[in-house]
Amino acid sequence: MAERRVKIESKVGLHARPASLFVKAASAFDGDVHVAKGDAAPVSAKSILGVMSLGAKHGDEIVVTAEGEGAEALLDTLAEIANAD
Amino acid sequence: MTDPVAPQGPVALSGVGVSTGTGYGPALRLSRAAPIPAEGESHTGDADAETAAARAALEGTAAELTERGERAGREAQEVLEAQALMARDPGLAADVERRIAGGASAARAVHDAFVGYRALLSEAGAFFAARVADLDDVRDRVVATLMGLPVPGVPHSDVPFVLLAHDLAPADTALLDPDLVLAFVTVEGGPTSHTAILARSLGLPAVVACAGSNLIAEHTPVLVDGATGEVAVRPDPQQVERAKARAAVRAEAAARSTGPGRTCDGHPVPLLANIGGPQDLPAALELGAEGVGLYRSEFLFLDRADAPAHDEQVAAYRAVLEAFPGAKVVVRTLDSGADKPLAFLPPRAPEPNPALGERGLRMMRRHPEILRAQLAALADAHRDTEADLHVMAPMVTDVEDAEWFAAEAAAAGLATAGVMVEVPAAALRAARLTDAAAFFSIGTNDLTQYACAADREAGSLSRFQDSWQPGVLELVAMTARAAREAERSCGVCGEAAADPFLACVLVGMGVDSLSMGATALPLVRAALAASSLAQCRAAAEAALAARGAAEAKQAARDALPGVTALGV
Repeated sequence: MAERRVKIESKVGLHARPASLFVKAASAFDGDVHVAKGDAAPVSAKSILGVMSLGAKHGDEIVVTAEGEGAEALLDTLAEIANAD
Repeated sequence: MTDPVAPQGPVALSGVGVSTGTGYGPALRLSRAAPIPAEGESHTGDADAETAAARAALEGTAAELTERGERAGREAQEVLEAQALMARDPGLAADVERRIAGGASAARAVHDAFVGYRALLSEAGAFFAARVADLDDVRDRVVATLMGLPVPGVPHSDVPFVLLAHDLAPADTALLDPDLVLAFVTVEGGPTSHTAILARSLGLPAVVACAGSNLIAEHTPVLVDGATGEVAVRPDPQQVERAKARAAVRAEAAARSTGPGRTCDGHPVPLLANIGGPQDLPAALELGAEGVGLYRSEFLFLDRADAPAHDEQVAAYRAVLEAFPGAKVVVRTLDSGADKPLAFLPPRAPEPNPALGERGLRMMRRHPEILRAQLAALADAHRDTEADLHVMAPMVTDVEDAEWFAAEAAAAGLATAGVMVEVPAAALRAARLTDAAAFFSIGTNDLTQYACAADREAGSLSRFQDSWQPGVLELVAMTARAAREAERSCGVCGEAAADPFLACVLVGMGVDSLSMGATALPLVRAALAASSLAQCRAAAEAALAARGAAEAKQAARDALPGVTALGV
């Protein structure tokens, strides 16, 4: 299982456009993708409602995990989305 | 009143015309009633069929939202795509299936699953009211589909229609395709309501406070005259022909009008545009705006988690300044309040009446760092451009307010700082404000609401929400006089400037520039060109002498034959 800690640089946090892009990228992946913030239970990165319920803001750290072929490449993409403006 | 639902003969309704023009076509209704399945509603036993129905409704809604997004483009598309993702959310789908397996009907399961997420997201804190509204909208669409009820929101149509509504909120109309709407007719709302402002910005005819319009059956042909407020249900063909002929005369006059604003005897009145951001520039330039009289900078700040960064602000301001080299660009500093909250400021105690609350400059005096950052960005944006930058503060009440703002602007290196006159106390003290204000810009919408003590959105008060009220005109005249005596400029940037008759009256009272939504520019230009300054003055005098708004308007019409001849 691949895991990545990502500090959110996106000004709006994991909301609005970045959240949509994040979920779309995760949904295109065959395996399971999860994202967690702090001690809260991880949510599916394919669920926009789950991702938004994290309330991840600019400067927060999230942990993204993925299982399956191409997991590392997917995590690269997701980290990039969380950091873009 | 005859029952307008009856399928025979024409029926005449009337309301308040707030945006001129004529629209004729089938009526469709915007419904905001959210469908709610009965509490604890259960299915008949076939959980698989119920699950399939729920899935189909979710997917159908997602597909429609995606499709509408593709048609809408730009920001609307982002919102609609996010909504489609909500409808396709795998966590939500699993929750719905679980509830159906537990016996709930598809509609109830969908309803409850959305309500669960709504609570979860509200708790997450960083979830804006706008996104909660988006989520609720998806829920209502899916539930309505499952219950076989009309989907709430803007009606879906492939042919142009007259939009009927109780009233319109900005959110209802964000997704509206202006090419498909012929006119607005609402039961509520006054001349300064959101419906009126939106209609004028889109150049669509609108009648508000139209009693009985809630009884018009959908698909019934309706003729709307946004100048007179007449709404004819099933009009006869001659009536439609006459209305079309009038509209043609008006369109021709608007098309003929070019060049800077001036009366027929050469008195110049710069015609400026009201804009919300760089996206409104093409229309303003195309329709001949001679500058910007009101740049509503708050659109840059609303509905976002953090304040816009310096560079982002500079870019937005510079785009506008660069579009008008050598011309006046008036930027209104951030105008926010309980009705337009900022997500990045700490939540405030709810205000029972936001219009009378801590808004505009009052809020900036509590959070001066936001205003200072904005003024600094404006100063940076102004550097290396040739525009004549003016900044003005909203909701100024007394000289102390004006002095505070002028000092902040001067500290940022901005030379021309003025005030909006929209609080009656400011109009009454205009002569004393001239020392601290480089110019005045009268916001007639709020000035009317405050002077006449009439909430902008309450339909039953439309007689008082009218800038033609002689009391409002008196305040405008007083402000213009004080400005002239102190050699200050005095513009009007409220909706009153967009009314061709009222525009002439304002000029007659000494207002020296008019700013409006760009679509109103050609007709106002034509109205000025059809009147002399003496006629404008006579019209102003006649309006000020009237006993009420309707009489003031009629008196001005009688004094301005050139404008009447334009078919307005």
